[in-house]
Amino acid sequence: MSEVRVEGLSKHYGAARALDDVTLTFPDGGFFGLLGPSGSGKTTLLRAIAGFVEPTAGGVFIGDRPVVDVPVEAREIGMVFQNYALFPNMSVADNVAFGLRVRGTARGEIDKRVGDALELVQLGPLGARRPHELSGGQRQRVAMARAIVTRPRVLLLDEPLSALDKALRVDMQIELKRIQREVGITTIFVTHDQEEALTLSDRIGILKGGRLIREGRPQEVYSDPGDVFTARFLGEANVIEGTGSGDWLDLPGARVARPEGATTIAVRPEHLSVTVDRPDGPNALQARLRQRIFAGAMGTCVLDWNGQMLKAVARHEEFSDLPESGPVWVSWAPRHARGLKAD
Amino acid sequence: MKPRTRSRVTGILGRVYLGAILLFLYAPILVMAAMSFNASEFYQLPFTFSTEWYERVWRNDLILNAAARSVWIAVVVTVVATVLGTAASVALWRYDFRGKRALQVLLFPPIAIPWLITGTAMLIFFFGVGIGRGTPAVIIGHVALALPYVIVVVTARLATFDRTLEEAARSLGARPWMVTRAVMLPWIAPGVIAGALFAFAVSFDQFVISYFLSEPGDSTLPVLIYTAIRKGFTPEINAISTIIIAVSMVVMLIAARFTKFGGER
Repeated sequence: MSEVRVEGLSKHYGAARALDDVTLTFPDGGFFGLLGPSGSGKTTLLRAIAGFVEPTAGGVFIGDRPVVDVPVEAREIGMVFQNYALFPNMSVADNVAFGLRVRGTARGEIDKRVGDALELVQLGPLGARRPHELSGGQRQRVAMARAIVTRPRVLLLDEPLSALDKALRVDMQIELKRIQREVGITTIFVTHDQEEALTLSDRIGILKGGRLIREGRPQEVYSDPGDVFTARFLGEANVIEGTGSGDWLDLPGARVARPEGATTIAVRPEHLSVTVDRPDGPNALQARLRQRIFAGAMGTCVLDWNGQMLKAVARHEEFSDLPESGPVWVSWAPRHARGLKAD
Repeated sequence: MKPRTRSRVTGILGRVYLGAILLFLYAPILVMAAMSFNASEFYQLPFTFSTEWYERVWRNDLILNAAARSVWIAVVVTVVATVLGTAASVALWRYDFRGKRALQVLLFPPIAIPWLITGTAMLIFFFGVGIGRGTPAVIIGHVALALPYVIVVVTARLATFDRTLEEAARSLGARPWMVTRAVMLPWIAPGVIAGALFAFAVSFDQFVISYFLSEPGDSTLPVLIYTAIRKGFTPEINAISTIIIAVSMVVMLIAARFTKFGGER
């Protein structure tokens, strides 16, 4: 188990920069989610740590060991691939044993550790099966067992749950977290699913265009995204622009409380209130209700404010007094407005 | 004409056409095979069953020696061409290098160039470089002919190999050679076996190149048959030809099974 660090890591393909000067520490024993849209460089970063991508510049450290010149097979990593990459010609037990066999581990030791690993992922009795006889979720567990049985210093997960259907994915998230806690291994995982990243990670890093634009605890990043991209990428956000004067932000036809120095603010949909009558206090905008969407426990209001779409989300009872459409007031508590850097 | 009648008519025509193809393909072979079991030396009917010609083949040292030489040359060619061809396919799959595309394209013309021309060219070249005629020349010639077949078949199988399997094996600590042996070879095995059978068939059935490159006195079986026919046709030739056809067909059927159904695993 080790801390993993990348320093000034860049990867250029001709003029394109897949990774651009990324410096980041993945804490020992932590579960770190790398998040970003496709082409953001998150997979390149993971593959550079694994050793499949040779960086153009910068360093990768596993523990205190610089590994840029170390080939993949000597980096002591465990990796779970998007399609699991189980060896089709081997049984489940042989798949899990592979990493120990190539290390020349003694036979008795292999049997014991393979057994333990399969127990850990709750696949004890399926050792003799072939990969094609397993369900998607079971394959995922085999891939996990295979990756951790060699006791690697870091576990790398490349979109490990994206091949599963929604219901199974939620189960496997809980399962993945349990296994990671039990083993206590430094884990880095890549996903484009923000909900998954928020659920699983102790820390998240957000990449865009090859650059790391934000890093921190999930709650921290969600509640204070810092810039427009992060606010929109992680969850939904109503981004409102105006011109600042002192403590106020001037908007067309309204004036709202301004977080220090900001000219762009974000308010999460769950922090917007929608009322027919004008509420007390200054943070209110006159808007038109376009649509009310009922989605089980929660409801969504789609609003039009000066041609810009706003969204409000709440338990649907909260919206029951509203008309189907028409003029309404949108308001929020000043503490829920966050200042953003422009993109 | 009503659609139903028309489809019945085309159905009948189709079957006749298919029958004609099979007839033209196999009738001569069947006649030859039948005549190899006919007692008469001059193909006279009525047919009298006899295994005399097979017994004669069995007693004919010239034919047996040529057959033995054909088989061991084919075995050597198969081993060399399969190992070289598989290694080449893996290299073409794994590495990107300058001129790779050109190299791949250059593999195909030898399959299309008439053997007569390839044979002439090889004869001139081998004399030029001092190899001359003889068994080594025959083996080199056959390997050169068989290599593109092996590479084409193995490359087709490799195209279905999942690259992340290689990455997974490396992430688990396997060196490149172990990756190839434990993960890649089991996957491409059906392609390698099919390639080997093609190589065997190319060498064993090869006449033109063998004729040009072998020395008098150490002919392969097809060369011996050709020479024998020029002296006068005997049903012994029918017998040995029937054996060769049977062996070749079995080899090609096995090869076809491995290439066609190889993807099922």
